[in-house]
Order: sequence, then C-alpha cells, then structure tokens
Amino acid sequence: MSLSRRRFLHLAGVGTAGAAAATVSGSLAGCGRNGEAAATADVVDYYGSHQAGIVTPAQDRLHFAAFDVITESRDDLIQLLQEWTNAAAKMTSGRDVGEFGAMDGPYIAPPEDTGEAYGLRPARLTITFGFGPGLFEDQDGNDRFGLAARRPAVLATLPHFAGDNLDPARSGGDLCVQACSDDPQVAVHAIRNLARIGFGTTAVRWSQLGFGRTSSTSDAQATPRNLFGFKDGTSNVKAEHDDLLDRFVWVGDDDDPAAGWLTGGSYLVARRVSMRIETWDRTSLQEQEAIIGRDKKEGAPLSGGKEFTTPDFQLPGAGNAPLIAGDAHLRVAHPAQNNGTHILRRGYNFTDGSNGLGNLDAGLFFIAYTRDPLQHFVPLQTNLARNDALNEYIQHTGSAVFAVPPGVTAGDFIGSPLFAGVTVAVVAPKIGAAPTPPWTRLMRWRLRLLAGAPSPRCCAQTPAGGWAWACRSRSRPACRWRGRSWCGASSTWQPTVRQRSSSRRSPCSTSRWPSPLN
Amino acid sequence: MRSPTPIVALAGLLLVGAACTKNDTDSASGNVKVRSTDDACEVSAAAAPSGNVVFEVTNDGSEVTEFYLLADDGLRIIGEVENIGPGISRNLVVQAAPGGYFTACKPGMVGDGIRSAFTVSDSGREVATGDVADLIATGTEQYRLYVRDQVGQLVAKTQQFADLYTAGSDDEARALYADARTHWERIEPVAESFGDLDPKLDLREADLEAGQAWTGWHAIEKDLWPPASDYTPFTADERTALADLLVVDTTDLSARVQELTYDATQLGNGAKELLDEVATGKVTGEEEIWSHTDLWDFQANVDGARIAFENLQPALETKDPDLATTLTERFTALQQLLDRHRDGEGFQLYTELSTAEIKALADAVNALSEPLAELTAAVVL
Repeated sequence: MSLSRRRFLHLAGVGTAGAAAATVSGSLAGCGRNGEAAATADVVDYYGSHQAGIVTPAQDRLHFAAFDVITESRDDLIQLLQEWTNAAAKMTSGRDVGEFGAMDGPYIAPPEDTGEAYGLRPARLTITFGFGPGLFEDQDGNDRFGLAARRPAVLATLPHFAGDNLDPARSGGDLCVQACSDDPQVAVHAIRNLARIGFGTTAVRWSQLGFGRTSSTSDAQATPRNLFGFKDGTSNVKAEHDDLLDRFVWVGDDDDPAAGWLTGGSYLVARRVSMRIETWDRTSLQEQEAIIGRDKKEGAPLSGGKEFTTPDFQLPGAGNAPLIAGDAHLRVAHPAQNNGTHILRRGYNFTDGSNGLGNLDAGLFFIAYTRDPLQHFVPLQTNLARNDALNEYIQHTGSAVFAVPPGVTAGDFIGSPLFAGVTVAVVAPKIGAAPTPPWTRLMRWRLRLLAGAPSPRCCAQTPAGGWAWACRSRSRPACRWRGRSWCGASSTWQPTVRQRSSSRRSPCSTSRWPSPLN
Repeated sequence: MRSPTPIVALAGLLLVGAACTKNDTDSASGNVKVRSTDDACEVSAAAAPSGNVVFEVTNDGSEVTEFYLLADDGLRIIGEVENIGPGISRNLVVQAAPGGYFTACKPGMVGDGIRSAFTVSDSGREVATGDVADLIATGTEQYRLYVRDQVGQLVAKTQQFADLYTAGSDDEARALYADARTHWERIEPVAESFGDLDPKLDLREADLEAGQAWTGWHAIEKDLWPPASDYTPFTADERTALADLLVVDTTDLSARVQELTYDATQLGNGAKELLDEVATGKVTGEEEIWSHTDLWDFQANVDGARIAFENLQPALETKDPDLATTLTERFTALQQLLDRHRDGEGFQLYTELSTAEIKALADAVNALSEPLAELTAAVVL
C-alpha cells in the first residue's frame, strides 16, 4: 500500500507538465455523460414548489443518510447547501457532479464524481433534504447558526415510545438526505457524493440502505409487501389525493409564524423498525392474519372484500368478537382509530446482514411525511406502541425527525428561505495585519500544479479579477474544495496569481504573490 | 407487552383454520373448491381420496361465513374454518380417513348450515385415527394441572420475596429473585394472556412510555441491582407499595388461572411462544438487564415449552413420530448446552458468557424453535 502510494506521488511530481496538458485536452475533449441531459422518461424534475421524493411514485431503492454539521460557520453551512443543491440537480438529471465529472477532470487530481453511476440511467433518482432539530439549537440550547428563532415549534426529538430500543448511532442528525432511485447503485452514488462534498462541514452520522419499497405513493402503483409478507401501505396518502396532501403532508403558510420558511415543506419522521423475522416465520398463518388484520394473499381486510375495501371494524365473527381484532395492526393504525389522521408513508424494507445471533438484521425503514409530527405522528405512534399486536414481532431501533424545506427553483439553494433576511456577523479571518483578500467566492477547483509544492492550495478570486491561491485563516483552514480543507501551516503558504481567462479550466500561473500571513 | 393469547375453547376438535403452504392454485391441485353464498354452498367435488384434503373456501356471499367438514353422524366436527369475511378466501386442510362425511357452509354463522354429503375414498395413504382426541384431552388436562401448580408456587415465592424486599433483606431478596421468577417464566404465555396484569408485573424499563408508572418485578430488580449512577433508590414506603402490588397482582393472576382450560393449539402455540421469548429476550440479555439472571429465565422458558411438548407427545407420536423424535433430540441438545452454564443451584450470569457461548445458545434455540413451530399443526391437523 505505502509503496504504490509513494510511487503514485512520485509519478505525479515528475509528470506535472504532461499531466497538465492531459488535463486540458481531457477537459476539452468533451463532457460525456457529464454534459448530456438524460432522456426525460426516467428523470424526475428536481425543481418545483415541493421537493421531489415525497409524492413522487415511490422508487424501488433507498439510501438514506443523516449528517451532523461539524462546522460553526454559518457561511460554510450555506455554502454546503448550495453545493448540495447543485450536485443534486445534476445527479437527478443524470449528470455527474462537479465541473468535470467522473472521467474528464485533470489527470493528476481525484475525479470530482466518484464514477460508479457513470453510464447508468438516473432511474427516477430523487434527492430530498431535511433539517434536524440540532441545526437550530445544539443539545445545550446554543443557537449554532442564528436559526433558533426560526425553529419550528413542532420540530423536536420524538418522545420515548413504549418498547423503543433506540440506538443513538442510528438516531438523530442535523441534516438528512433521502436518495431514492429504481437503481440501487444510483441511490448509493448520490449519498456517497453528497457525503464527500460535505466532509469538513458535515460528518455522516448514520445511513440506511433500503431495498423494496413498502408503500405506494401513487394510485398507479401496486401495493408492495413488507418482510412479514403482507401488503403494506394499502391506505397510504397518495399523490392523487390533493386534499389529503394539503391537510396532512404540506406545511401551510400559517402553521407556524416562526417557520414561514417551511411553507410548502413537510416533516420527515424516520424510524428503523427491526423485525423479529425468525419468530414471525414460526407463527401460523391464522395468527399472522389476525395480527395484521388483513388476509395475507390479497391484502383484504378480514371483514371482507378486496384490498381497497374499507374495513368494517364492527363486523362480528365467531363468538361475536370482531373479525378484525382489537389489537390488529390494521385497526390500531387506521385513521378511524386515530382522529382521522393520515400520514404519507414512504418506507423501505432493509436487511443489514445478520445480527451476532444468527438471525437476520432486517426490518422496515419507516419514513413518513407529515404536516405536523407532534399532532399527527406522535399520537399515532403512542397508540401503536401501546396497543398493536405487531409489537411482539418488531422493535424500533432508530429514530429521527427532520423539517423538510419546500422545493427549489433553479439558481436558488435548498432551504434558502430559512437563511434569508438574517444578518449574521461574519467572523473576520484571523491573519494579523496582513491584507486579506476579500473573497467573493471559492472556486470549486484545485490544481496541484506546483511540482514539489508542500501542500495543495485553494483558488479564489481576488478583487483585481485574478485568481489566487490563498488561505482564509491560519488557525482554522477554511478553504474547501469538495468538502476537504486545504491550506495549513503558514510556512507552506505559497500564493500564486493568474489572470482570469475565458476558460475556467486554465491553469493558474506560478508567479509569486506576497503572503498575507507573513 | 404481549398481546392477549386468544382463549378459544375447542378442546377435542380436529381442525385447522390456516392454509397449508401450497404455492399452486391451479385446478389440477386436487383441491376441493367451495363457494359459499348467502343461500348456497357449492362444492366442486363430492369425493376426495384419503389423506390431506384441502378445501378452498371462498365467501361469495354478503355475510360472514364458516365452513365445516362433519363426520357421518353430522355432529362431530372434523375440521372448520370460521370468520371468513365476504369476498375472502381461506383454506381448510384436514387429514381425512376413508368414510362418509358432510360438508357445511354456514353463512351468517347461524343454524345447521347448508350441507352436502361428501365421501373420502381409500387412497392407500395412512391416516392416523385412533384415540388422538383422547390423547390430546389427557395432555391438555396435564398441562392445566401443571400451570396451576406453577402459579401456586409463584404466589408462595412472590410473597416470600416481597417480605424480604420490604424488610430490607436485600441479599436474601436477590438470592430468591431468579428462583421466584422461574415459575412466572415457565407459564409466561398463560400469564401474559392477561393484558392488564402482564404490564403491571413484568414490564421492562424500555417498554415504558413517557410518564408511565413502573411496577412489578423489573422495577424491584433495578432497585436491588442499582446502576452505579443516576439512580435514586426507593424509599421504604415505595418498597412496601411495590412489593404489596406485586403480591396482589400475582394473587389475582392465580385466581384467574384456576378457571382456565387449554386446547392442543394453545399448548403448541404456547411452547412456540416460550421459545420466542428465549430468542428475543433471554438470548439477548434484555430481560434481566440489572440482575443478569437471564439464564434462569431461559431455563424456565425451556421447561415450560418442554412440558407442553411432552403433554402433546403421545398424540404427536401417533400423527408424526419423526417430528416427535426431532423435538426430543433438540430439547435434549439445548438442555445439554444450558447445563454447561450451571453454577451451583443456578446459572452463570449473562455477563459472564462469551460471545461464542451466546451464539451457540442462539443456534440451539433456532434449531429447536423451527420444528417446534410445526407442533400445533402436526397435532391438530
């Protein structure tokens, strides 16, 4: 390992000129997948009044990730959301992330896009972002990013429900990303690249793969089965039910005066529901159906009819007991038993291999979108945790809740209304009396052009219109490219200037510039 | 918290309400199709060869229906499926010996039903007959006596334990804790069938919801084996209140258990549920997270399952001797494994087990549980 790595560095050093040339020609040679828009049939529009991935007909595969925000800088957070938005727009339209994508960047630099989705269709990829309670206030109540006043009142860590056995390492998070696609590799690619962009600003807290959707979000979809073998999500809220969506999914403009930015958004509740697969499999069909309250084959309620027949909870059977038992999952979860509450479910089956005891570590990764988690989800889950016969065979092992901002228009970034109109003092770079380049933006590009340069550099625009390699701060490296921090000790600080050119891909010159650090 | 086990008095009936795992639904399967409407009971064939006979019952009527296969006296029930809602299909699988029978649909679940004669011809396949019903009746009665005996011992030891705990004799209370609970764990499916008592007596801390009062064995367990920090011990008054309630609820349980009788389905399913308990609570060390006496509970659950099995064993030997052999072997194997962890009168603590030892126990539980889940259908079918 160390040998090959050294060898690689050596080659990179001596081959600078050639590599640079290859970079330019490679870039010019064409954008390939990166530049082409995919055919529209399997592309879900990223932009819109609501985020995609909520009422979008549920795709077959999921990769869900929750992130901790590890920066203290509001600007860095905003920058990340801008970069994530851009990357999401590209990936959902079937393009690579970055300027050069997976294959066409400089030869001596790691590719911007990781490449495993190169040549794959987007397969209806959607990328949906959410903001957790910790983004607004940390555990000690500190207003991390000047957002506490805009925290929605109902955005709070969920209470402990009876039987919860939550793993902190699978719960919570300041940000979340739900990537859904019909192609698992495309979904994983999306999370992988967003995580990569975030390194330094965010850290992955936990992530969950899901195969096999467990609900339908459109009347056009057939109801799938969960790992208990039963149809799941028969009475889900679906894309066609505008009235239910407005009542139970989308946040209204007067729901929360403090959180007007969330209008048109929603709340995402994630619950990792582990299933005791082996003991369930040893249960008679009769008991399985009694527990669920539906017939296993067709999914009809035990009171009769077909899958979509309205259950008759009163209809008595033998001994005058209702055909749908008092603790049947169908009954306990039904809107009729929960003050008419509907939720939009968008869960996935998961199997994370086996546990240490030779049993499947499997279950249902429950995702719900709701207008108000406290008013809708919490009472429902309280009721289920208390009364559902299914509790014998399930255990909730992870939990998280996020506010899901409304959709984005082109040119904007996800959640921008949350950050709009609030002035926050920007901490000046601490680099002594030296002149500080007034940064206008960081270029998402980095070149290791200086043979033997002790460390990589950032490239930034100067007031003169040129580009400079520079660092913002001696103590806290703040130059970022693709989530990594560059620029370190001042002794290695070697700024360079180049002229702005028509091509952003032109290499920087190597003429020296006085270091502001010295 | 567990759901109440349905207590259905069906002792002596040979029936199964569940479908077999048949994957084919084509008409060549030999299944008899039954269409039950509000005023008719259409049976696709009037005869079938002996052995497993499958009736595919579809309710095309507007009322809840039932379907029966009756013996030639028109009274004795060979098998039945009930609670078939309108539009629903359900299979009845019976082992039928050669002879004359009646089929009957009962739309609205009232009256004698709409009957037809049905003949089972001799296919040469062996069908267990004899006095299976008598064997089952004997077994279920034995089990009834067993449960009553266990609950009696539970009441006595619970009183003893409560006295020690109230008196502040913590060492003695700790020594008796696992032993007293053994009698609860042996009959856990019966005890848990009382949905109001079970949470008061046996709720674990993780099972509580926010604000719920915690009573019963595990609240006292935590007080006797308190965590090193963030714990306030109970006062003497709190101890007395908890101990008194434990005794009152256990006495209540005992009173209710006296009335119960059991059928073969309950014995078989109860045995299966006891092994489920082992798999989900004891093998994982979740049941006794403060005292770590999980192996006592483990042994007690296995005891209860073995007794239920042994009560059904004579009937099973008649109907499926291979399964009886398998179960006997695997109970023995599991017991041998458990015996390795004996320590004096009791067992090693869960925390003293290595990962490999826990895995070996889990494997043995799975090995036994899978065939044990077949016990009910094998006996009742």
